[in-house]
Amino acid sequence: MCLGIPGRIVEVVDAAEHLAKVEIDGVRRMISVRLLQKDPPGEGDWVLVHVGFAMARIDEEEARLTLQAVERLGETYRDELAAYDSTSIV
Amino acid sequence: MRFVDEFRDPAAARRLLTAISGLAGDEEFKFMEVCGGHTHTIYRHGLEHVLPANIELVHGPGCPVCVIPMGRVDDAIWLAEQPDVVFTTFGDMMRVPGSNGNLLDAKARGADVRFVYSPLDALRIAVDNPDKRVVFFAVGFETTAPSTAVTLVRARELGVRNFSVFSNHVTIVPPIKAILDSPDLRLSGFLGPGHVSTVVGNRPYRFVPEVYGKPLVVAGFEPLDILASVAMLLRQIREGRCEVENQYSRVVRPEGNPAALALLAQVFELRPHFEWRGLGFISQSGLRLREDFADLDAEQVYDLPGVRIADPKACQCGEVLKGVLKPWECKVFGTACTPETPIGTCMVSPEGACAAYYNFGRMHRDAAQLVGQSRR
Ligand code: SF4
Repeated sequence: MCLGIPGRIVEVVDAAEHLAKVEIDGVRRMISVRLLQKDPPGEGDWVLVHVGFAMARIDEEEARLTLQAVERLGETYRDELAAYDSTSIV
Repeated sequence: MRFVDEFRDPAAARRLLTAISGLAGDEEFKFMEVCGGHTHTIYRHGLEHVLPANIELVHGPGCPVCVIPMGRVDDAIWLAEQPDVVFTTFGDMMRVPGSNGNLLDAKARGADVRFVYSPLDALRIAVDNPDKRVVFFAVGFETTAPSTAVTLVRARELGVRNFSVFSNHVTIVPPIKAILDSPDLRLSGFLGPGHVSTVVGNRPYRFVPEVYGKPLVVAGFEPLDILASVAMLLRQIREGRCEVENQYSRVVRPEGNPAALALLAQVFELRPHFEWRGLGFISQSGLRLREDFADLDAEQVYDLPGVRIADPKACQCGEVLKGVLKPWECKVFGTACTPETPIGTCMVSPEGACAAYYNFGRMHRDAAQLVGQSRR
């Protein structure tokens, strides 16, 4: 449940509402970047995504390694991705 | 060779293991990994049997699903069965046993129970269904609690009135302290939680070396991170140092995430006591909503039964959560208690020690073979 999965910000949708579209493994969903409001990430930046929120900024190398690690978790990763696919936040 | 792939860099793993053996010598060491994510990695990759036999990893209380007491699950089910309630929660919580079944059973009886990915999805359901009362069953450590905090602030901003949160958020430091205070375990040091620390930073752990004289290394989640962190702990001990170090500095900042901490402080306050499954009541360890958010607090909006229920007799989750028992030492492990029919919480979440061992225990021998070391 404490899984953080790396995603790349493809669009800052509403800066005032802290909403950004993030792609994880080809799936694009809206997440909240409000927890990073002190240093908001922009398009192309990598973030660690947890329950619909960007919880930390990470660099691309870290993103790649983390993604490999979580993909190897197999079922847990697929469940997390399926859940991510289901999200539609306000 | 699947395992070569799983150890991203077997040569680096071997180098770390050589360093670990050299540093450890013949002495016995017992390190506790606090976080369930680490437990998962350790069993998933058979790290226990890759490490020298005199280094033991014991599992700690850092699996948020595992520590929810039965009475809180019963309250959740009671909430789910109230008229017009849509009860929302993370998928992992659906199968956590209460005293009379779990949330899936409540759903089968007709309750509107839905699993959501994010607390913001629960808020969305409230916005879309003004004639329903949506309750979100919030669990998790400081990793997850800021997300609930943002959701509550957002509910307030949007003026949503048919939404409330049943908070079961907990904080990581009190259980570490409870374990250090208990006479059962003699630990040599701690692997500190990775993602909790992205929020709280390194500072809250300072009491571990300063008051209890044990080193702590905040660790990442890859197998190599765990091995590197064990080496860092041993090096501290060998060099006569005792401090908080950060192996996961690529993600964790020493000061944590100030925005997340500010949101937590705005929305939550510490409860005087909170009950943990198997660990009993721990003071100042749970988070409840502040008075400002009373109208969004399920514990104030609804008249919860709040009955305290003892853990089932057969269940030894408390011992497993304290690291006193290994999962397979529990009498019902793998027989009466399996991931399909869990008796205790540690068998429910993939981060629970029992589920992780049940699913991946067989990995041990293969992993040990790969790095050319055998534990026995
Ligand atoms: S095997 Fe089941 S009952 Fe025993 S400690 Fe693990 S989860 Fe609890």
